[in-house]
Amino acid sequence: MKLTREDQEILNGKHGKAAKKSMEILITLGEIFDAEDMVDVVGVQIAGVSYDNLGEAGLEFLSEMADDGKVKVLTTLNPAGMDRENWQVLGIDKEFAYNQNRAIEAFAKMGIITTCSCTPYLIGNSPHYGQHLAWAESSAVCYANSVIGARTNREGGPSALASALTGKTPRYGYHLDENRHGEVLVNVNVSVTGTDEFGVLGKIIGDRLGDLGKKIPYIAGMSSATIEELKSFSASVATYGGAALFHMENITPECDKYPKPHEIVFDIGQVDLDKARSELIDDDGEIDFVSIGCPHASIHEIATIAKLLEGKRIKKEFWITTARPTKKIADEAGFSKIIEDAGAKFAADTCCVVAPIKGRFKGMMVDSAKACYYGRAKNKFKIKIGSIEECIEEALK
Amino acid sequence: MRLEGRRIYKGSAEGEAIVTKDGLSFYGGVDPDSGKVVEVGHELEGQSISGKVLVFPTGKGSTVGSYTMYRMKKNNTAPIAIVNKQIDTIVAVGCIISEIPCVDLIDINKIKTGQKVAVNGSEGTIEVK
Repeated sequence: MKLTREDQEILNGKHGKAAKKSMEILITLGEIFDAEDMVDVVGVQIAGVSYDNLGEAGLEFLSEMADDGKVKVLTTLNPAGMDRENWQVLGIDKEFAYNQNRAIEAFAKMGIITTCSCTPYLIGNSPHYGQHLAWAESSAVCYANSVIGARTNREGGPSALASALTGKTPRYGYHLDENRHGEVLVNVNVSVTGTDEFGVLGKIIGDRLGDLGKKIPYIAGMSSATIEELKSFSASVATYGGAALFHMENITPECDKYPKPHEIVFDIGQVDLDKARSELIDDDGEIDFVSIGCPHASIHEIATIAKLLEGKRIKKEFWITTARPTKKIADEAGFSKIIEDAGAKFAADTCCVVAPIKGRFKGMMVDSAKACYYGRAKNKFKIKIGSIEECIEEALK
Repeated sequence: MRLEGRRIYKGSAEGEAIVTKDGLSFYGGVDPDSGKVVEVGHELEGQSISGKVLVFPTGKGSTVGSYTMYRMKKNNTAPIAIVNKQIDTIVAVGCIISEIPCVDLIDINKIKTGQKVAVNGSEGTIEVK
């Protein structure tokens, strides 16, 4: 790899131990993937924050890096295993809370903003078209590449941290035009609306990508999409298909930049949507937990929930998972009070995927196809997908 | 027999090889306290990889696996070197943060469990004795 004088100085240890280790990680990755050089990044999103995933091993590594490591660019954090203020109400045990806070403190010591959210793009880590990033969190990676037209590979926890501490990432993969072309044309011949339905569509396309061994779909036939629908779709197609980038005709910014794929084509109709939806509803699933906010709920979604819950009383455990800054807007707008008066709980900083809730519930209802996947695989819940309205009806039952 | 591959992480180590044809996930697939492979149905299930030259095709699973390798190094349960057919990012990053010599692009069929293997991570070569 061609290294600049600055890269070389970092590698020689001039900027400290943590930066040196970081540069070693980045150069090794660059050599594995044949990168020509490093590219400067404008922002980093770090995953591997929940103590449930990190464990004592990860924590030791972070503490060592925090010895002399300091971020060079705007860096935000993925959800943690708990709400940092409200953890007792949510039934998180003391020892877990203690360890989770140790991890967050190590990140903070390095100058990372401890947002603890999977939607950095909604709360200020908001890149522009064409900018280079080093983001972990597969749903945010897919959103940034596709909906914003920024450029990032799917980083893991340590490689994202290495970019934060150096401001660089090896130039390969999605940083290069040649790797951003659509590979599969998907014709959607049915109207798709709502976060749940966009998640179902993401599952269909993701599953097909897996079968085909392809990564970048070009989706035609969609008439419109909201931020929330695209957020749900990004999460789903990344979960089921490992996709980091999609193009959506007339909707995403790079849809006309590259030739439209024509060699591999498949169609999606109502039958496919119905079939995929039925795969996200377990038979005999008794629901005792409802969760909205995977990825983290936007202020618009919280406003919708408040409107639907106003003056009512829920009968099931109901979490709204969101970023703390979004929760603060909801507090000021009066939405939080309406929602909490109805008996629902906010779980900021965390989500139903990373919180240690295995075994606590039997069945979970969500509006997110991604949450369905992890609810089954990680937490062994029965699952049911539905619209936000249907989720709230279930919670009121 | 000398085999040439690609340098992934510097340093050299010599020891007994433990070889598998299965991919390996350090997160969930290896117990960092005992150094034993715990993935059900894995060719090495129940066997310890501690202090060995670990030879396997490629890594798989969660990126948290890099941290598991780091923990093994701290626990003195880590392999002393790693040889892969094709490196993946999880194992590469794990070797760097844990300072485990590592070489890839090696025809691992030429190595048998129990053979003495010297790994030179700085040159990207291995010597099967």
